[in-house]
Amino acid sequence: MSFKLETAVYPEKLKRVAIEPVSRVEGHGKVTILLDENDQVHQVRLHIVEFRGFEKFIQGRPYWEVPVMVQRLCGICPVSHHLAASKALDMIIGAKLTPTAEKLRRLMHAGQMLQSHALHFFHLSSPDLMFGFGSDAAQRNVVGIISAFPEVAKKGVLLRKYGQEVIRHTAGKRVHGTGSVPGGVNKSLTVDERDQLLKDIYQMVAWSREAVQIIRGLFEKNLEEYNAFGRFPANSMSLVRADGAMDLYHGGLRARDAAGKVIFDHHNYEHYWEVISEDVKPWSYMKFPFMKAFGPDDGWYRVGPLARVSNCDFIPTPLADKAREEFLAFDAGRAAGATLGYHWARMIEMLHAAETIKDLLHDEDILGTDLMAKGERVQRGVGVIEAPRGTLIHHYRVNEDDQVIRANLIVSTTHNNQPMNEAIRQVAKQYLNGKKLTEGLLNHIEVAIRCFDPCLSCATHALGQMPLEVSLIDAKGGCLDRMVKNQQAASLTD
Amino acid sequence: MSATPDTVTTPTFQLDGEEIPFQPGQTIIQAALAAGKYIPHLCFHPEFKPHGSCKLCLVKISGRPAASCTTVAQAGLSVESEIPEVQDKRRTLVQMLLVEGNHFCPSCEKSGNCMLQALGYELGVMSPHFPQIFPVRPVDASHKEILLDFNRCILCELCVRASNEVDQKNVFALAGRGISKHLIVNSESGRLADTNFSATDKAAQVCPVGVILPKRVGFAIPIGKRKFDLKPISDPGASAGCAEHAEGGA
Repeated sequence: MSFKLETAVYPEKLKRVAIEPVSRVEGHGKVTILLDENDQVHQVRLHIVEFRGFEKFIQGRPYWEVPVMVQRLCGICPVSHHLAASKALDMIIGAKLTPTAEKLRRLMHAGQMLQSHALHFFHLSSPDLMFGFGSDAAQRNVVGIISAFPEVAKKGVLLRKYGQEVIRHTAGKRVHGTGSVPGGVNKSLTVDERDQLLKDIYQMVAWSREAVQIIRGLFEKNLEEYNAFGRFPANSMSLVRADGAMDLYHGGLRARDAAGKVIFDHHNYEHYWEVISEDVKPWSYMKFPFMKAFGPDDGWYRVGPLARVSNCDFIPTPLADKAREEFLAFDAGRAAGATLGYHWARMIEMLHAAETIKDLLHDEDILGTDLMAKGERVQRGVGVIEAPRGTLIHHYRVNEDDQVIRANLIVSTTHNNQPMNEAIRQVAKQYLNGKKLTEGLLNHIEVAIRCFDPCLSCATHALGQMPLEVSLIDAKGGCLDRMVKNQQAASLTD
Repeated sequence: MSATPDTVTTPTFQLDGEEIPFQPGQTIIQAALAAGKYIPHLCFHPEFKPHGSCKLCLVKISGRPAASCTTVAQAGLSVESEIPEVQDKRRTLVQMLLVEGNHFCPSCEKSGNCMLQALGYELGVMSPHFPQIFPVRPVDASHKEILLDFNRCILCELCVRASNEVDQKNVFALAGRGISKHLIVNSESGRLADTNFSATDKAAQVCPVGVILPKRVGFAIPIGKRKFDLKPISDPGASAGCAEHAEGGA
């Protein structure tokens, strides 16, 4: 199943197709497609500038600053970094969280999951899915969705807004809050805040159920295309609870191979390096994680909604679990192996997040006052959480003076690095004939990348303004073909 | 500020057109703050002798610029503070302070309790304006209870004065000249742990920015619940003796 990225015997003979840039906010990404002498796709590389700088510049900083500082990695799912760092630092100060603190963090995290998944599905991906991958770019954006499907768009906006309100009440701000601190949280919910959230939660659960039906309907309507699009077999990894349930906040690491066979299970994430490692490639700033058991060539795996939904034994909220069962059974299980299955799994998780919020809002502990804990201080801490895009690992060492002396962050998109490359390769093989670049090729590559909801803004449509440049260059550097979408935006990113 | 029977015998000066009573020997800023009138400042602290270094308390007296913390009040003076010309200069001074150090408010635990940040908001600082200098200033975390983050030092010398005059320990000093001037710790190693500094010292309480911080507090108080989150620095309730310099920690 492995796709080796460095296999050309004579790499200088390859032709190169570069798609640059495919990102706009969090890092710069581009796609290079290398063609062999017969104009067949030989290699595909997704190049991404990652955020490794954070690991360096938090060195020397006091540990209590870290959960607030590292969340600036991201403006879309900062809560994930906020919580992963907090969990690592809980370990460093020896804290066992109070029930109130843990439930408030779980509530914050569910709010994050809800808003991030809603944002991705309704704002970013629904234009591709509802208008078709090759449809008119002028319409294939969120404004087009608002015009053609105003009710769908409205629900998407309100779902996201609700998730952000949950974050605001638990973290203090909608984006980049400070609610989670080493050892617990700095505020609980007031009765008023709880009641405000309760007022709308049942509507959110209902709309999340509808969202699951939307993506199911799209699969039913485009069954063959959806099942085949960018499809490839892959290992998968996620956290699961001790009883095998999906747990987005805490658990042990479970990995399965493409056939569903368990590779490792309930592995203590505090020792994640025993089961996974990271490879480097000369052409990307982003590392390539792999399972040690299989090595860098065969040990890559996918994370995120599709991995989680298929990896767990059940989802501990009833509506989402029923949706999971239907997803896994759909078309004899083929949807659960499709790259576009990410969208379906994502909506199941959004439903799970809404149900989790509902349950927690009915738990009196979230109004409690016992917010902080501490214990025996140690120097190493690992925090792992299931972020909207997948498993997120924060690992720190703190010296006796309370300063961070080492940090290692393995973010979700990094785990999905090779799977994204694989998906793009499959799509390129299907849609590129090697002689002429087409708008359709670009669109389909974007759609493939977007399935993973990567944390680079190639996943955004930006109201149709995403700068995108593709050049087809032969081995001697001559330009065979070139396409530019939105020249003005492209020049702004130079 | 409410009129009392003996107000008629109390000398006054005019601050932005308003009569401000003062006691003989009081400086303009002392009298103004006592009367509930805010004049921006950073290095001024009512418990210490005026320093006159930050120049944020700049005012115009009879048309001439002067530091209100070092100018003794006199009857009949006409003082202008909240006029565009003066506010523009104060804004520029804050912008210069922001680029001279490493002030990263989004992840700074002093955010909301920081006088420099609060003045930035007060004066409408929307950008640093000047090129960032990004000085290299390693943190001193050697002390068990106190963290020194020199990145945020604005050279107000309040810690120097407090340690010298109140604590009588002489822990801090400024070294270097011009743009190279920086805060140092007075020990052979240069580390705070090698001094007799204590978290209960006055010098540990007076920093207007986020240099001298109690350890392991961080964000225990939520953003939004902090001193200047609740009231702007110019509000009499927030600025009253601004001196506490945002105590309550971060």
